[in-house]
Amino acid sequence: MSATCLEIRNLSAVLANGQRVLRSVSLAVEPGEVRALVGESGAGKTMIGKAVLGVLPLSVRIVEGDMLLEGENLGRLSPKARRTLIGTRTALIPQDPLTALNPSRRIGPQMTDRLVRILGWNGERADQRIRQLLEEVQIRDPDRVLKSYPHELSGGMRQRVLIAAAFAAEPRLIVADEPTTALDVTVQKQILRLIAQLQREHGTAILFVTHDLGVVAKISQKVSVLYAGKVVEEAETAALFAAPQHPYTRALMAATPRYTDPLASLKPVDEAVLAGLAAEIAAADRAWRPRHG
Amino acid sequence: MAEPLISVRGLKVALPDMTRKPLIGRAPLAEILKGLDFDLPRGSVTGIVGESGSGKSTLGRALVRLLEPSAGSISVEGRDISHLSEAELRPLRRNLQMIFQDPMSSLNPRRAIASIIAAPLKQNGLGDHLKTRVAEALQRVGLPQSFASRYRHELSGGQRQRVGIARALALSPKFVLADEIVSGLDVSTQAQILTLLEKLAAEMGLTVAFISHDLSVIRRLCRQVIVMREGRIVEASATDALFENPKEAYTRDLIAAIPLPEIDADWLRPATKAPA
Amino acid sequence: MDEARMIRRGLGPRLWLAGGWLLLALLAAIFAPLVAPQDPLAQDLMLERLPPFWMSGAEPGYWLGTDSLGRDLLSRLIFGGRIAFVVAFAAAFAACLVGSTLGLIAGYFGGWADRIISRIVDIWMAFPPVLFAILLVAVLGTGLSSVIIAIAVIDWTRFCRVIRAETMGQSRMDYVENARIAGYGRIGIMLREVLPNVVPSIVALLSLEMGIAVIVEAILSFVNLSISTDDPTWGGIIAEGRLSIHQAWWVLVFPLITLILTVLSFSQFGEALRARFDPVLR
Repeated sequence: MSATCLEIRNLSAVLANGQRVLRSVSLAVEPGEVRALVGESGAGKTMIGKAVLGVLPLSVRIVEGDMLLEGENLGRLSPKARRTLIGTRTALIPQDPLTALNPSRRIGPQMTDRLVRILGWNGERADQRIRQLLEEVQIRDPDRVLKSYPHELSGGMRQRVLIAAAFAAEPRLIVADEPTTALDVTVQKQILRLIAQLQREHGTAILFVTHDLGVVAKISQKVSVLYAGKVVEEAETAALFAAPQHPYTRALMAATPRYTDPLASLKPVDEAVLAGLAAEIAAADRAWRPRHG
Repeated sequence: MAEPLISVRGLKVALPDMTRKPLIGRAPLAEILKGLDFDLPRGSVTGIVGESGSGKSTLGRALVRLLEPSAGSISVEGRDISHLSEAELRPLRRNLQMIFQDPMSSLNPRRAIASIIAAPLKQNGLGDHLKTRVAEALQRVGLPQSFASRYRHELSGGQRQRVGIARALALSPKFVLADEIVSGLDVSTQAQILTLLEKLAAEMGLTVAFISHDLSVIRRLCRQVIVMREGRIVEASATDALFENPKEAYTRDLIAAIPLPEIDADWLRPATKAPA
Repeated sequence: MDEARMIRRGLGPRLWLAGGWLLLALLAAIFAPLVAPQDPLAQDLMLERLPPFWMSGAEPGYWLGTDSLGRDLLSRLIFGGRIAFVVAFAAAFAACLVGSTLGLIAGYFGGWADRIISRIVDIWMAFPPVLFAILLVAVLGTGLSSVIIAIAVIDWTRFCRVIRAETMGQSRMDYVENARIAGYGRIGIMLREVLPNVVPSIVALLSLEMGIAVIVEAILSFVNLSISTDDPTWGGIIAEGRLSIHQAWWVLVFPLITLILTVLSFSQFGEALRARFDPVLR
């Protein structure tokens, strides 16, 4: 049995002023599974993704906890070894496909860059690989796309290109950071379908960051619900939707719009739930002593 | 049915297309709205839904005459406002208000909340008892009085949007345009803002055009829906009828593409026919 | 919020150092007759080229030494500050008024107004500024007011360009449309909504421009085109110092240090002011 793809143990991070932004987060992603991280803004879901990829902003400092990528503890590696490990085993599907691509370079070289630089492939092999992936994401005329500049493609096309690029290097883990938030619903459905299909075929594990419980229900097998940098509930996705345990999860579900049941949805979150959460977090912070810091 | 508050006939809007602007000379016009006909019935909330490029925001801006139509008419209580000058519009603005998508950008960063809410009152001859009126407006949207002296950056997203609503409703207008007012908010805040708008619209008898890309939200809030695509109306009908029996394939695709928060293993199965 | 507070704290010393130097120099200039140890014009050939106080041969009362005519350098610098500050304030305000107004109009109204104003700015900026100034002073005649007019006439474009760009950015914000919905007219919106949001940039530029005005005045004095009287100016002192650099380096070095400190302080002060008093965190 292969090692757990990603394991995060007790991860805490603080801002320069000492404010906690991640509160003893623990979660695991098994090989080939999709774990959703769901929460509202400020929940720290994007922060976890960045921590895994080693691209946290300088103002955020990890004060506690371990991250293990396929059994290797990232904290124990030298910075160079860590970069290489992260570079070869992980990839990112970003939120905004426009800013994720350099506007002044053609798509082709931007896609092959990673394969050539990090994996040391020669240009021809990288090119072949990219074309194969473009076919997998159903881009019909790869020649045109590879020669295009980012602004010449539609939002959906750009996201396809980035999905192809993410899967091209056969990473073990992909961090997908709100990959469909900027897209129209019909395009979102196509893109989700594509991610699910490639994920299945390549057996890649995905850490899927989103704010949308609808997307969680469709794409993931496991889910962690976050609030203020704390995992408030963790479950198999099916179990979570069948019987949400935490009051916040229930409130979030009741607040999510549902066209099939308009009157039961879009319920504002109860003040009591928020007060409960605040108390829970305050209690956790009082009990918390960073190991080094 | 009673006479509609706003009637739109043959509405066309063309805007300069800067991407096709030649090196020298004017940018060619691109037709964004290609002839729309619809009515907004008094005292009810009408949803306008569409994806990017559908022209729904352009339509909104034309309805409150931030844009001038290139053809057709927009009649408010029988009076055609489509080509009125800015000066002629000013007395009518009182009844044509707007809540913006991004309260961060629609509230002046250098003005206190009280001053932001008071601006339309002062400009429309309601400058007396300003303090009381501002206090009422704050109360109406559920904000504490202490917020009067705060600034935009001291408020959360939901609070900012409440200020946007307070300002738009301060004049007790007949018509309010709500342009994607919850698309930047978290779901829990979104629910609060929609509930507030729903309540105020009913209390004040407002006619609301609610622009959104989210059909789920529209279903909850709106009595009728206009579905737009590429500058044309695809389908317009009562909300229940639209969801229960969508007539157009595009409407069906739109509804089917919404990921409901429930487990559905078939949802991501490749469709037998790829959606257009 | 917390981040903003940190930035503000970080800017503290910059604001205090720059502001402190400017205040000191300004007070010295205003009260020059009371502060200056000697008469800046009094020549005494017995006291020529005295070194500054820490060197051998220095005379008490002549802290920074004397020039080749035996005039006290410190006193001349203090009196020179009077002209420097008058020019800095008057010229910068004049340039700011003209440039910001035109920039606001061009940026907010766009269209023909923008095209005309922008073309004028482009043409204006193609003139070599120092030669332009020399030409202007030659035409207007030397004198304090000519120098001020020359600097304002040359440098309004600096304000115009920046304020135009800033105004265009602000005009695209929804709050401008929101004001139209509220029933405001174009000019009302420009003054009520847009102007307050470009004021921090205007303040920063104004401060920067004061420093530039000090330099331009010094340059004009250096080429002997500024003030025709015998009143000491920093540029004039530097020009004289240049001639005796081998015998009395201090006559060149001290006015240079004064000039550099003042110009630097103006630019730092402006930046720090903007960062500190901008209530909006962008």
